[in-house]
Amino acid sequence: MNKVKGLLKKDLLGLRDISCEEINLALDTASSMKEVFFRPVPKVPALLGKSICLLFYEPSTRTRTSFEAAAKMLSASITNVAIAQSSAQKGETLIDTVKNLEVMGHQAFVIRHKMSGAPLLASKNLTASVINAGDGFNEHPTQGLLDIFTMREKKGNLKGKKIVIVGDIAHSRVARSNIWGLIKLGAKVSVVGPPTLIPKDIEKMGVKVNNNIDEELEDADFINVLRIQLERMGKGLLPSLEEYHMIYGINAKRLEKCKKDIVIMHPGPINRGVEISSEVADGPYNVILDQVQNGVAVRMAVLFLLLGGRQNAAE
Amino acid sequence: MDLLIKSGRVIDPATSFDDKADVLVINGKIKAISKKLSAAKNMPTLDADGLLVIPGLIDMHCHLRDPGDPEEETIVSGTRSAALGGFTSIACMANTLPPIDSPALIKYITSKARMEGIINVFPIGAVSKGLKGEELVEIGRMIQEGAVAFSDDGQPIMNSEIMRRALEYVRQFDATIISHCEDLGLTKGGLMNESYTSTVLGLKGIPSLAEETMVARDIMLAKEFGRLHIAHVSSKKSVELIRGAKKEGINITAETCPHYFTLTEEEVEEFNTDAKVNPPLRSEKDLEAVVKGLKDGSIDVIATDHAPHRSEEKNIEFGAAANGMVGFETALALVLTELVGTGFLSIINAIEKMTVNPAKILNIKKGVLKEGWDADIAVIDPNAEWTVDVNKFASKSKNSPYHGWTLKGKVLYTIVGGRIIVKDGKLAF
Repeated sequence: MNKVKGLLKKDLLGLRDISCEEINLALDTASSMKEVFFRPVPKVPALLGKSICLLFYEPSTRTRTSFEAAAKMLSASITNVAIAQSSAQKGETLIDTVKNLEVMGHQAFVIRHKMSGAPLLASKNLTASVINAGDGFNEHPTQGLLDIFTMREKKGNLKGKKIVIVGDIAHSRVARSNIWGLIKLGAKVSVVGPPTLIPKDIEKMGVKVNNNIDEELEDADFINVLRIQLERMGKGLLPSLEEYHMIYGINAKRLEKCKKDIVIMHPGPINRGVEISSEVADGPYNVILDQVQNGVAVRMAVLFLLLGGRQNAAE
Repeated sequence: MDLLIKSGRVIDPATSFDDKADVLVINGKIKAISKKLSAAKNMPTLDADGLLVIPGLIDMHCHLRDPGDPEEETIVSGTRSAALGGFTSIACMANTLPPIDSPALIKYITSKARMEGIINVFPIGAVSKGLKGEELVEIGRMIQEGAVAFSDDGQPIMNSEIMRRALEYVRQFDATIISHCEDLGLTKGGLMNESYTSTVLGLKGIPSLAEETMVARDIMLAKEFGRLHIAHVSSKKSVELIRGAKKEGINITAETCPHYFTLTEEEVEEFNTDAKVNPPLRSEKDLEAVVKGLKDGSIDVIATDHAPHRSEEKNIEFGAAANGMVGFETALALVLTELVGTGFLSIINAIEKMTVNPAKILNIKKGVLKEGWDADIAVIDPNAEWTVDVNKFASKSKNSPYHGWTLKGKVLYTIVGGRIIVKDGKLAF
């Protein structure tokens, strides 16, 4: 673990920016972190005395709670800034907000923002670490890591494995982080969705684009089903949820022709009956709750690595 | 205002003059251009040996933010910035606060510029009241007060009927409508050129089609109803459409800006807000087409689209940042370095696109170095290398993507009506 130098140094802004070694380091660290869950007292003092600020400019339940749980298990203290009641509402800029919070003693910021690039902007103005908890349509690196962690847990080495990402690729930061990470690990990635939701030239990221889901599912090892956001309706992108379900929805019938050990993932929250049928979401192939649990382990690993915990690990 | 400029390489695109000569200025006008002129007693003399002596540059597309935002720019700071860039005449766009959509506001600009500006300022009036694209302004009365062209720049005229009527109506005055070509339906919410880079960064893309469909529409309208100038051409297909229209004899002209032949969408990587501009920076293939268009004359003019913005509008999230970049102080050096220095454009051709061509479109008697014309002159060291430092700009705004670039070609003197306003590369007062 120690041989790989300079990894995850200050920030985790995206999986695009980090190497295969760094991804593996984070995944391996997450495995050790996951063991903590099963201890009688699921808490370690690794980040005792560290202070982490959760700065969510967009609503989130899962990701925020997951980071909070991760920080608590590592004994860090947490500040949760509720943006709805903060100075941002009074017109304070992002840069001013994070600089103020930094001098209050926070060593790391976990930032979610509706605009792509906001965590990078914060990072450029801080000496504290920044972890991107989802920015616009850009990246959601800890989600990417937890998806990959879950895949690795289920099927081992991902080299040559086929992952199909289905849904609104254009507006998905989860898709982008998955793609960057998976391609670096040597997996084969296909993206499937209506042409209005496939962004331009995405093939150049190293993925295959197909509008025919059944063709792609035949030899898939994993399906990552993206949430269809209701606000995409009525803007010329999708005519109806029913039509989407007919063409791209993952249901039992569609899975009949798949590999027997196919694994079905979803980053949540689920729109039952739209991108995935309840039957499948609750069925034997799904690992959705494993993903949620692994999310905590992965976030523990990232916080631990970025906040200087690596030294402790080596000792 | 008398002056003798000795031994420079005098280049005048309008008369195709390019030779070593002296330029004699008497009473703010050019008296003579020939070899071995001598200065009268006490006449200031400027040694231009090894330097280029060209008509003062003319920028037909800039934003001075007056009235509206004196923190971004004023007529004073804007004209000082332009003077440093070798410009002696600039035409400012109407999308100020309030917009320049009445004879009184045209008069406000011309009189303020006369009092406070250090170079010539020609106002461009709005086409429609409030830039709303609904009702025509008083074009005739505004021309009387000094408007040189009409444009809703920043706001495309989406209603084709209004565009048609504007083109028709303006014909009686022999004035030009300048069109900002953008289909707002196609750009809605877009932040950069739609491309691999926009996909990777997760920024909503603006397809080049948003520009091209409107260029096509405006060409069709111009064919029926008269002359039109297309602003800030950025895409390959736009260049091709303009080329085709000119071949067909349609009365259109077009401009591009330095950023469209020096930068591509990749500049936006790392969410660089200084590279956020409208139309957006496009692909390498578009850039090459713009250069080709300049070369074969499809594009007549190089304008700056100087668009000053306060740091509060740029040092924020990319999605929230304002569009535009300052351009006066880098334009000529970018042209000399990236177009002339690379052999894409001859120097006389390049200067033509920054002097006499815009003057003709605006119908102003400027941009020519010839006996009897105004002594608006720039003297340039074509070999001087310098590094762009936004902190040294005279512009109040520093939003330039060229900070740190090394460019070749420096403005040493800017002369307006025979008066030296930039001396040795610095403002003379």
